[in-house]
Amino acid sequence: MDAHGIAHKFGDHVDTDVIIPARYLATQDEQELAAHCMEDIDADFRKKSKDGDIMVAGANFGCGSSREHAPIAIKASGVSCVIAANFARIFYRNAINIGLPILECPDASAGIDDGDEVTVDYDTGVITNVTKGQTYQAEPFPAFIKDMIQKGGLMASLKGTEE
Amino acid sequence: MGMTMTQKILAAHAGLEEVRAGQLIQAKLDLVLGNDITFPVAINQFEANGFTSVFDKSRVAMVMDHFAPNKDIKAATGCQKCRTFAKRFDIDNYFDVGEMGIEHALLPEKGLVGPGEAVIGADSHTCTYGALGAFSTGVGSTDLGAALAVGYTWFKVPSAIRVNLTGTLKPFVSGKDVILTLIGMIGVDGARYQSLEFAGDGVKSLTIFDRLTICNMAIEAGAKNGIFPVDDITREYVAGRVNRDWTAYEADPDAEYEQTIDLDLGTVECTVAYPHLPENAHSAREGKDITIDQIVIGSCTNGQLADMQAAAAVLKGHHLAKGVRGIIIPATEQVYRDCIHQGLVDIFLDAGCIVSTPTCGPCLGGHMGCLAAGERCVSTTNRNFVGRMGHVDSEVYLASPAVAAASGIAGHIAHPEEV
Repeated sequence: MDAHGIAHKFGDHVDTDVIIPARYLATQDEQELAAHCMEDIDADFRKKSKDGDIMVAGANFGCGSSREHAPIAIKASGVSCVIAANFARIFYRNAINIGLPILECPDASAGIDDGDEVTVDYDTGVITNVTKGQTYQAEPFPAFIKDMIQKGGLMASLKGTEE
Repeated sequence: MGMTMTQKILAAHAGLEEVRAGQLIQAKLDLVLGNDITFPVAINQFEANGFTSVFDKSRVAMVMDHFAPNKDIKAATGCQKCRTFAKRFDIDNYFDVGEMGIEHALLPEKGLVGPGEAVIGADSHTCTYGALGAFSTGVGSTDLGAALAVGYTWFKVPSAIRVNLTGTLKPFVSGKDVILTLIGMIGVDGARYQSLEFAGDGVKSLTIFDRLTICNMAIEAGAKNGIFPVDDITREYVAGRVNRDWTAYEADPDAEYEQTIDLDLGTVECTVAYPHLPENAHSAREGKDITIDQIVIGSCTNGQLADMQAAAAVLKGHHLAKGVRGIIIPATEQVYRDCIHQGLVDIFLDAGCIVSTPTCGPCLGGHMGCLAAGERCVSTTNRNFVGRMGHVDSEVYLASPAVAAASGIAGHIAHPEEV
């Protein structure tokens, strides 16, 4: 379970209103949400991004509304992983719960530029900037989180565990 | 080492003598909440996992408030999905058009949250109930879906910032100005993952509505929750509303805080947060050059009767400046009715405003007052992010009801003393 893609770089305090504006929240359709992902902060994001690409941001990513539509939109748009200096707490929890891998790593956040080719090794937490030849160390996921992400989220990971 | 107020509530709900910051716990929940945007996603999760019962139908609250009354067919379909779920499980506290209100005003009003209780809601402003001395925090729909089934959830025990309040507020200054000032001091991530625990002699001078507004916006500093101690003002508010046993928890004298922030309420000015972050705090007196197109007075932050009264006191005998649209939204049916009986609706209509049924509508650019490109709004809501109330090139200035009303009359950002 690893990620390999091109980085799309964003700044600090990327809020869930720009990740998925409220005017699109009346739907729960993942592809429809994905179609509008990031459009208020980068109107071309969906045109530029490819499956497997990696989102890289500064501090407090995902602040604001608790809408789970935000990590859903990111995941459904094909983004494989979000790396930020740190995350707002509700977003962090939501992302893990729906099986979107997210890593806190201030060094990677500072070192990676838009368009850099990046790989992530989830087992070791090592983030490699292939373009610049740099590596950064994030805290690897504990086993239960890795399990949850592999199975597609909290609910899926609970299946079969009921007594 | 002692515990903070939040830690004590969490320990009690986890069945533990003691908890420490950073500890992972599983805690029982007294109430779980969702709305017409977040609940449909929770239902998807609940059903996908094959759950067939809710943990306690009297401890689930469903409030149709964001896009209700239904703004379009998709919103109607979301509310319908919630309504069907509520019927299926005979949910006691399902609030639809006609009896609903904005969730974070409605739940305290109905006595659904009491001191010492633990509440999660799939809405970030669930932190509002800290004003009553409860632990409450926002979560996503998956957490809601799981909690609906089992009645508990996991938490990382938060560390805390102690906000030591002294003094009393000046005329026209309110809880909104206090929280905007505090966020201006510590930033939108200044309390990330932490509790904001309010304390000090100044607490007793704050009304329950000031406290609700302050805790409501704790999330805008990144906090997990905000919380006030339980005192006579709390007791007076919950009397006759919370008809069950509740517990007043107090922080231990030796509780550990990451930091203490001293705030003299007497120094707080009427404050406006400029676009596009709630931390961009400015004095309302600095805004004469910022002309506006709309004011919104309402929301889970400032839609209580006290807020309506503060707005009416400024608007009385005045009219909005030419070209300014005024949208007033009492947060609940009860507040709406009180506004009629107290003559506030006449004051609003005479001033050229409209008065809407309860809805979150314009706060999140849903309906009932979206902004076009280039438009500016002074709003008593809670977020001024890019595109929050409509077009990506519109601007939201956050303020108190008194400042929003004064700005509407002046046609630019104004201090209530100026009109």
